Amino acid sequence: MSDKKTITFALMDPPYENARCTTALRLINIAAQRGYDVNVFAYEGAVGLPFTKQSPHPNAVHGHDADEEDHPLPHEWIEAMAKTANANGGNLDWINCGLCVDERGVHEALDFVRRGSPADLWKWAEASDNTLVIPTK
Amino acid sequence: MGLKVLSIVESAYRATIEEQDDTILWTSTALRGAGANVDVLLRGNAVNYGVKGQDASGLQFGERKQTHPPQLEDDLQRLMDLGAKVYVTTDDVAERGLERNDLIGGLEPISRSGMAKLCGNYDQIWHW
Repeated sequence: MSDKKTITFALMDPPYENARCTTALRLINIAAQRGYDVNVFAYEGAVGLPFTKQSPHPNAVHGHDADEEDHPLPHEWIEAMAKTANANGGNLDWINCGLCVDERGVHEALDFVRRGSPADLWKWAEASDNTLVIPTK
Repeated sequence: MGLKVLSIVESAYRATIEEQDDTILWTSTALRGAGANVDVLLRGNAVNYGVKGQDASGLQFGERKQTHPPQLEDDLQRLMDLGAKVYVTTDDVAERGLERNDLIGGLEPISRSGMAKLCGNYDQIWHW
C-alpha cells in the first residue's frame, strides 16, 4: 500500500472575510509541502478564492503604493501552493461548485480550477484518506 | 462497503433567503439522489429547521419579489423520502423551548451525550 496520502477539503468562506480562509490555506500548504494529493472543493463563497480578477491595491494608511503594499491575493497563493505540491511529488486539484460560481459571477479562475458539483466532493471523499470540512458561520 | 457520511448542520439560516434553501440540506439531497449514503444531524439553531409551519414568504425589494422562499420542513421531508436519516439534537430542541410536537414527523431524536456514539457509526463526519 502506498504511503502517499490524499486529503480532501471542503471550503465555504469567501476571501478577505475571516481567519478561516487563512487557516484553510495553511493546512492545504502543509499537505502540499508533504507531497500529499490535495483536493479542494470550493462551495459557496469559497469559489472566490481562485478568482483571477482579484487585484492588488495601494494602502494610504500604510503610506504604500500598490507595489510597496504587495497585497496578498488568494489566487496567487493557491497557484503557489499548486507548484509546491507538484515540487514535492503531490498535486493540488481544485473544483469550484459551478452553481456557486454562477450566482457570484466569478467565472475567471486559475487554469487548473474546474467546475463541478457536490458529486465531485463525494467522489473525492470516497477516494481520500480523510475529508476536512471548513464551513462558514 | 461504500462511504458513509454524517453531515452535521449547525449554522442555521445561512443565506437561506438568497439561496431558497439551506445549501447543506441541498447538497445532502443532491448526494442522496445520486446514491450516496449521507445522513444529517441538526444541532444548535439548525434544529429549528424541523419546526412545522415555517413561512419565509413575503420578501420584496422594490418590485422584485422572492417568489420561491425556502421551505425547510419540506426539504427535510424530501431528504428523508430519499432514505436519509435526519437526526435532531433533543437538548437543543428543549433549550429553544420547542416541544416534540412542534417538529415534523420522521426526525430521529438524539441527545448530545449520544452524539459521539452516533458519529462512530460513520466513516466521515462533515461538520458544516
